[in-house]
Amino acid sequence: MNAVCTVIGKDRVGIIARVSGFMAENNINILDISQTIMQEYFTMIMLVDVSGVESLEKIKDGLDAIGAELGLKIMLQHKDVFEAMHRI
Amino acid sequence: MIFSPHEVQETIKMLESEHLDIRTITMGISLLDCAGPVLKDVRKRIYDKITRTAERLVRTGDEISTELGVPIIHRRISVTPISLLAGALDIKDYSPLALTLDAAASAVGVNFIGGFSALVDKGYNEGEERFIHSIPEALSSTEKVCSSVNLGTTRTGINMDTVRDMGRVIRETAQLTAKDDGIGCAKLVVFCNAPSDNPFMAGAFHGVGEPECQINVGISGPGVVKSALEKVRGERIDVVAETIKKTAFKITRLGQLVAAEASRRLDVPFGIVDLSLAPTPEVGDSVAEIMEEIGLESAGAPGSTAVIALLNDAVKKGGIMASSHVGGLSGAFIPVSEDHGMIEAVERGSLCIEKLEAMTAVCSVGLDMIAIPGDTPAETISAIIADEAAIGMINNKTTAVRVIPVPGKSAGERVVFGGLLGEAPVMNVSRFSSRDFINRGGRIPAPVHSFRN
Repeated sequence: MNAVCTVIGKDRVGIIARVSGFMAENNINILDISQTIMQEYFTMIMLVDVSGVESLEKIKDGLDAIGAELGLKIMLQHKDVFEAMHRI
Repeated sequence: MIFSPHEVQETIKMLESEHLDIRTITMGISLLDCAGPVLKDVRKRIYDKITRTAERLVRTGDEISTELGVPIIHRRISVTPISLLAGALDIKDYSPLALTLDAAASAVGVNFIGGFSALVDKGYNEGEERFIHSIPEALSSTEKVCSSVNLGTTRTGINMDTVRDMGRVIRETAQLTAKDDGIGCAKLVVFCNAPSDNPFMAGAFHGVGEPECQINVGISGPGVVKSALEKVRGERIDVVAETIKKTAFKITRLGQLVAAEASRRLDVPFGIVDLSLAPTPEVGDSVAEIMEEIGLESAGAPGSTAVIALLNDAVKKGGIMASSHVGGLSGAFIPVSEDHGMIEAVERGSLCIEKLEAMTAVCSVGLDMIAIPGDTPAETISAIIADEAAIGMINNKTTAVRVIPVPGKSAGERVVFGGLLGEAPVMNVSRFSSRDFINRGGRIPAPVHSFRN
């Protein structure tokens, strides 16, 4: 299953390293990645394959912890959510 | 990247700060095959069927919510109107069946079960009459059971005998739940043209024309609509309508996705998506706020009926294309106690019951979650029901009444129901009597369907 991971927050050193490191540790393959500054906020969007993940809940908890540590908001949604809302 | 940063951020913002959620996955279950002459057997069959059929409902809802990353607030059950099983049972009090529904709901972990209901738009048999008089006891002895009574339709007119009875039933329900400010009445809806596939409580039931079991999904998102409208401040009203349509489309697509997924995983047919904008007591999740964003100083101000008509219609236009099957109540809800903007409007003095009644002629669903003085005569409550049912009957739409005559409280006082049911100021009700009209009983004949002026 493919999911979209969104990281939003104040820009700082090491965000991509920290998040992608976590992905690698948890057997999550990054398929695509884009990064931009929107309305003064660092916004990173990753398309990831979470098929190899045992518990999505644990992954979400892990991402929440990183978010809390770095002062970021990190979210994970199924790709279908964006497909449904933005593609006909 | 297959999605633009703007698209991703728009969805994330809706989910994170604008209260976009799937309000409910409701499983409709037919209990027609549970009928029988022996109460004990019927209770066992009902309990077994609900707990068997809905065994995986809550877990599956949780799984979908986690996987999609979308909040799904409620998992609920609607069942065949229990009054249909009443005729075969020669008992006076049907509340034991409500206890069974309550126990089954607790066993599978849903927070409400709807269907302690009766469809009596043209009249009732003896069992149904006894059933209706069991409602106060049923609602005061259970926590999760919701009840509804359909007493009118556009095709058959209004059953004024039941209108008269329901005023008394509502008063009695309030009395029996007096220690909780009459909260039993928050679980009781009186309908005209009740939909048989509505996933929203308290009016959900699984109608007789529905299949064995199905999944209905209710969406939400007043906050998303309001936020979208903030970006078109000052633009012409056409732009407002277009903006609402586009937003409703996106929200509904999410509802359709969840419904299809729930249906697939539970191996139960997909029924409908209900396009309703359902507010919650939270700030930023209010239909009144949308009305004010469109340009009213306070909900209930002159122009409110026009604004809510536009909103209701645009939500449907946007939502219908986004879902393969639309049903239920589908419209903008205007409950008072569940919408902080409506509560404030009442407290400011801009919103009264009469204006709410006018608004229900053009939106979903009726006089909803309105606290009224505890000493409001039963005939006056019946007359309020008759007015609302007349609007539904003539306009070929669903209307409903869910009022709470709060024991011991009078207009201007405040009542707190808690949770999603919110809190509300007790609203003023006309002191002029409708007693002689209500006590006539009988039926209002079915209306003419032509000459629509």
